[in-house]
Amino acid sequence: MIKTILIDDEPLARSLVREYLQSHAQLEIVQECGDGFEGVKAIAQHQPDLIFLDIQMPKINGFEMLELIEQPPAVIFTTAFDEYAIRAFETHAIDYLLKPFSKERFDKAINSWLAKRDTKSTTPIKLEEIATQPEEHSRIVVKKGVNIVIIPIQQIHFIEAYDDYVKIHTADGFYLKKKTMSYYEKVIDSTKFVRIHRSYILNIQELTRIEPLAKDSYLALLKNGTKIPLSQSGYGKLKDVLGI
Amino acid sequence: MKRSLPSTLKISLTFVSWGSFWILIHARIINKAGFSWSDSIVDASVSQTILTLACFALSKSMLSFSLTTRNVINLILRTIIVAMGCVYLNNFFIPEFLSSPDYNKFVSGTMLLRASFYWLMILFVVVISLSWIFFRDQQESIKRKEDAEKLSRDAELANLRQQLQPHFLFNSLNSISALVSSQPERARTMIQQLSDFLRGTLKKDDKQLVTLQDELSHLQLYLDIEKVRFGHRLETNIRASDESLQLTLPSLLLQPIVENAIKFGLYDTLEKIEISITAIVENKNLIVEIKNPFDPTTASPKKGTGFGLQSVHRRLYLVYAQGDLLQARQEEKTFITTLKIPQYA
Repeated sequence: MIKTILIDDEPLARSLVREYLQSHAQLEIVQECGDGFEGVKAIAQHQPDLIFLDIQMPKINGFEMLELIEQPPAVIFTTAFDEYAIRAFETHAIDYLLKPFSKERFDKAINSWLAKRDTKSTTPIKLEEIATQPEEHSRIVVKKGVNIVIIPIQQIHFIEAYDDYVKIHTADGFYLKKKTMSYYEKVIDSTKFVRIHRSYILNIQELTRIEPLAKDSYLALLKNGTKIPLSQSGYGKLKDVLGI
Repeated sequence: MKRSLPSTLKISLTFVSWGSFWILIHARIINKAGFSWSDSIVDASVSQTILTLACFALSKSMLSFSLTTRNVINLILRTIIVAMGCVYLNNFFIPEFLSSPDYNKFVSGTMLLRASFYWLMILFVVVISLSWIFFRDQQESIKRKEDAEKLSRDAELANLRQQLQPHFLFNSLNSISALVSSQPERARTMIQQLSDFLRGTLKKDDKQLVTLQDELSHLQLYLDIEKVRFGHRLETNIRASDESLQLTLPSLLLQPIVENAIKFGLYDTLEKIEISITAIVENKNLIVEIKNPFDPTTASPKKGTGFGLQSVHRRLYLVYAQGDLLQARQEEKTFITTLKIPQYA
């Protein structure tokens, strides 16, 4: 049996997928979820093979939900928004169904996935590029224990590299997120955040002072007293942004 | 064109009465100088007819005059030439009608005076013609400017109103698709609601003012559809005082605000939400208040001034030329949008 979960905030949209799935006996719906929080829990609990995922949902959208999952299952996006399509395909999502979609289109998506699955050629979903839609630049969704936390980017003090993860430092401590520094350097407003070091991206609102450390080396002093190193090129970038 | 050119007949009549008037003056002056009435009248008629014809021709030739230094110099030279031409014709014609040598001597003696008079009169007509031409041009350019502004305003209004979210349409169609097999009756109802709503959206004229009652009944169609999609979470509460229902507002103004409120409410919280719409009359203005819940800790700041509200703001400004008719504020977990619609009786 192939386990699947439907995640969509509109009950009727879920009932349509449920109806379409009736002719695919090998697929079993183990749960239906009305938002991304439920989705994260349900995926952790059931470890499904396939999920049907809406994009615009309460609190966190479909892309943000996927970011919270360590080993995401295969994803078929179902949405009325066509502006995400290209990005979703770039991430090897199995398919992207534009609402309203026909039974034929739906079957095609399922069947081609099943065929690929049998030949074991499914590529794991790569989400690195996915959340670059403008709305998502304004916040970062992270998981802390069982809680999901939405951090508006203006509340971020700085981002620090940490092996395969980054540490997102805020007034309430730091959060871990499996992303790269270059990813955040790309998606966060570069007039407010500056990569001042190979391992640090700084929110310039938080900067109070730049202190010389030795010849050609500096430290950035933050409002809360934290000191972080400035690389030579980082110092130059910071001066550009601050206009000094 | 708003101000049409006076007809040739009107211009001609003006010149005839103008000429006649000066014939009388001219004759009277010469008569006073001691000549007979018949001689005076002949002299006056010949001289003034020549002059009037010359002025008429000159003013006609100026209809497409444009003001440049070169043209002005040309024009002054032309007035001098025309004045000299008139004197020449005068000297040619008057002896034809009046053969007395005394009189011809008088005519030759007053030549300089006559020439100056001709020139002054011609200049006078030229100045009148010029001011009339400039007045006409200015009227036209004002009119053109008004037309252009109106055109761009109309286009902008149409543009702003076209912002009906296609997502709304596609998601509604998806809901209908889901209802078709399980609940065909509800599917049919929803198709009906969607059609009525779209028809209402299409036929409305931008500048048209509608009563609040009409606007609310159109809005109700929209809300009914949204409730089919989000019925499990969405509640609406509409209260309008009796006197407010008859007041007017630009058509389809409320829908984008309510759409914004619903989006805000539904996507920013997980709970059931209530959208409330209240309409009252205050200082003869129609006041409409739309409230929706939101989460101040996670709402991204730019959402509050999202496209929905900006376009409403712009529309109100274009219709009423006032920039403070739309206000948005937040009170704890409620986002409140207030509209003030002036009533011009």
